[in-house]
Amino acid sequence: MKKEYTITVYTENQVGLLTRLAILFSRRKINIDSLNTSPSEVPGIHRFTIVINESEDTVRKLARQMEKQVEVLRAFYNAGDEIVWQELALYKVPTDEIAEKVQVERLLREFGARAVVIRKDYTVFETTGHREETDRLIRVLEPYGLIEFVRSARVAIIKASKGFHEQLTDFQQVNSRQSTVDSQ
Amino acid sequence: MHDKSPMPASAVSPTSDGNAVVTTAWPETTGAQALMQALIAEGVTTFFGYPGGAIMPIYDALFDFGDELQHVLVRHEQGAIHAAQGFARASGKTGVVFATSGPGATNLVTGLADALIDSTPLVCITGQVFAHLLGTDAFQETDVINITMPVTKWNCQVTDASELPEAIAKAFYIAASGRPGPVLVDITKNAQLQLFRCPPYQPCTYIRSYRPKPIVRESYIAEAAALINQAEKPFILFGQGVLLGNAEAEFRAFVEKSGIPAAWTLLGLSALPTDHPLNVGMLGMHGNYGPNVLTNSCDVLIAVGMRFDDRVTGRLDKYARQAKVIHLDIDPAEIDKNVKATVPVWGDCKETLPLLTKAIKQKTHPEWLELFRHHTREELETVIEPEMNPMDGPITMAEVIQILNELTQGDAVIVTDVGQHQMVASRYTAFKQTRSNITSGGLGTMGFALPAAIGAKFGAPHRTVVCIAGDGGFQMTLQELGVIQQSGLEVKILVLNNRFLGMVRQWQELFNDRRYSSVDIISPDFPLLASAYGIPGSCVEQREHLHDALVTMMETPGAYLLEVKTGKENNVFPMVPQGCSVSEIRLK
Ligand SMILES: Cc1cc2nc3c(=O)[nH]c(=O)nc-3n(C[C@H](O)[C@H](O)[C@H](O)COP(=O)(O)OP(=O)(O)OC[C@H]3O[C@@H](n4cnc5c(N)ncnc54)[C@H](O)[C@@H]3O)c2cc1C
Ligand SMILES: Cc1ncc(C[n+]2csc(CCOP(=O)(O)OP(=O)(O)O)c2C)c(N)n1
Repeated sequence: MKKEYTITVYTENQVGLLTRLAILFSRRKINIDSLNTSPSEVPGIHRFTIVINESEDTVRKLARQMEKQVEVLRAFYNAGDEIVWQELALYKVPTDEIAEKVQVERLLREFGARAVVIRKDYTVFETTGHREETDRLIRVLEPYGLIEFVRSARVAIIKASKGFHEQLTDFQQVNSRQSTVDSQ
Repeated sequence: MHDKSPMPASAVSPTSDGNAVVTTAWPETTGAQALMQALIAEGVTTFFGYPGGAIMPIYDALFDFGDELQHVLVRHEQGAIHAAQGFARASGKTGVVFATSGPGATNLVTGLADALIDSTPLVCITGQVFAHLLGTDAFQETDVINITMPVTKWNCQVTDASELPEAIAKAFYIAASGRPGPVLVDITKNAQLQLFRCPPYQPCTYIRSYRPKPIVRESYIAEAAALINQAEKPFILFGQGVLLGNAEAEFRAFVEKSGIPAAWTLLGLSALPTDHPLNVGMLGMHGNYGPNVLTNSCDVLIAVGMRFDDRVTGRLDKYARQAKVIHLDIDPAEIDKNVKATVPVWGDCKETLPLLTKAIKQKTHPEWLELFRHHTREELETVIEPEMNPMDGPITMAEVIQILNELTQGDAVIVTDVGQHQMVASRYTAFKQTRSNITSGGLGTMGFALPAAIGAKFGAPHRTVVCIAGDGGFQMTLQELGVIQQSGLEVKILVLNNRFLGMVRQWQELFNDRRYSSVDIISPDFPLLASAYGIPGSCVEQREHLHDALVTMMETPGAYLLEVKTGKENNVFPMVPQGCSVSEIRLK
């Protein structure tokens, strides 16, 4: 059964690694719903957050294949209830429309949004949250002539994770450098 | 002659405590010279390649290292990489390839894909345009790194000579460690030419993010041993992992103590002698009857260094569903990939097998083994005997192999191409020694055999090397006869000519109502062609001349090409038709 999984990949910071990872998805014709690259809690270690809709079996195989890449340290995958996640969205709307017809204050409060830029010609709102929340604001703003919309990739924190510091120490110890790969 | 090791000059170099001291500095070399020194330090003696503009500085440096490094000039870069594969598989060492940028590099792609899927350790060096031209569609620029990413275990581009020694050290380490594979280092021309102070070569033994081998878990060994000890109908499947781990002796000890019948995959062939009493034959689509049928009767399946390829398993949902599965593999990504393991024994089988052998009871399984023999007898009668000793009709491929067995005594390296002859050669060749069967398994690359045989001869110069190819595949890389001519190499070439693209024709016969679409192939006069390259040869079509023809091939000093005209429409059986279960194997 397919469902949404968030994959967190800890890697070295290496040119071309993104392609190596992306190939693993595209060769199985899997669409990546969201992909974010960022630093991690450990200096020098990179963290990819990838969201896909697949069966657990496929996701587990993908995680193992990712860990096979020379520059990948670990790949974890989690279902939605095992993570805390957010996405950020920006909305550009005509200032006159929105000022005339909408109770902006209320709207901002209701969506936890804020105005990032207010100009004579347009206003940019920003909000963060789950997809349904950011989607809902699109629908609210559409009647007022939504000019542009963009949503960022998902960033996620794994609830059960103790961070990567200790695991990295493990990696660096010469005698445990052959440490087992056990994704579950 | 260039001076390879210029006098060291004085320079400042940092020490571990961070204080700079004046030391005798590292000698100044070009990137290209540093590459030569690195190859020598890695123990490379022979490699395969083809020059061109973007790799010229490397070839210029090579000119001064003729005593230490033997470069074999091939006729096509695909030939170079297949030769390096043959070299690696015959010798157990890492194969090395040089190619220029652009078309030189793209000609390597098939070989890279082949080496990746068959886990062959290779280091490929490609020249690249000057770094400042990257991305500008410069002459013979291709994005080799991105083109080869899906077909390499690892690759990297070097744009500054100072990065080169470390890149080469990593390349050799990654290629050969863990589950081996091909790596590619793309070196821009400026880096090849650049002078830099080259530190003494440091082999790589550790990369933080790379774990070549998973840790062996004692608990899994114990669980596996318990399953084996209580099994009544256990069955061992062994694959190339036994060869790659140099674990033939450990494997044999395991088989003998456990008394369990063992069957091989195409790439596991020769890891256990053919005539070993517990060797019950070949698995998979064209494998033996017993091993296929009994896969679905065993109670414990022990897979050692094999990856349950679909040519082995047939229909997965009807594959060994009744069995508990113990899977010994070095690559965690292989565990549960195709067949779910009851006990995953991760690790190098060189380490896990002895632990398992220690933990199991000495046993025999006479009744169970008899069941295999029973199936063997049935297959002998209906398939093998008529193939090996036909009364009349055209020559069969199996009888050629049988005579070859007699002449080589099972000591030759047999390099096969892809098709019917490959299946027949694997089924019928008797092997005594390990690393004797070299073939393209996972990719099934036609044109593999001739260059791979050339490489195998360089890799195992004291062994007899026989290349067995079909009339189709031989024509894909026959230009490499030029290498045999130029280096006076003793490679025996057996072209089994059925005047068809036989394997495809067989499928068209069986599954497409004999609609023979584009499988009828005309060939040149093969012995005449060989003679154009200064290689003696002959052609045989009559059964009564076959034996003598093979004797002549083996006894003529140097290379020899023997063309055997075999039955046009002979088929390879048994066969598990695609999409069928292994127990639905057809004997005819
Ligand atoms: C025309 C054609 C027909 C074919 N028909 C058949 C057929 O009938 N039967 C058949 O068997 N094949 C057949 N093949 C070949 C098939 O496609 C596969 O290539 C083959 O089955 C793979 O064998 P393998 O799993 O042993 O080797 P590999 O694919 O090389 O896999 C080796 C496995 O061992 C593991 N390993 C590596 N090193 C170690 C180590 N040190 N310790 C432990 N594990 C290790 C690897 O991780 C991997 O999982 C055919 C190919 C062609 C072209
Ligand atoms: C490069 C490549 N192209 C196509 C194929 C598909 N193919 C597999 S076997 C085969 C026929 C091989 O014919 P031949 O070399 O004459 O050998 P035979 O089967 O007759 O022994 C073909 C075309 C392949 N394996 N490799």
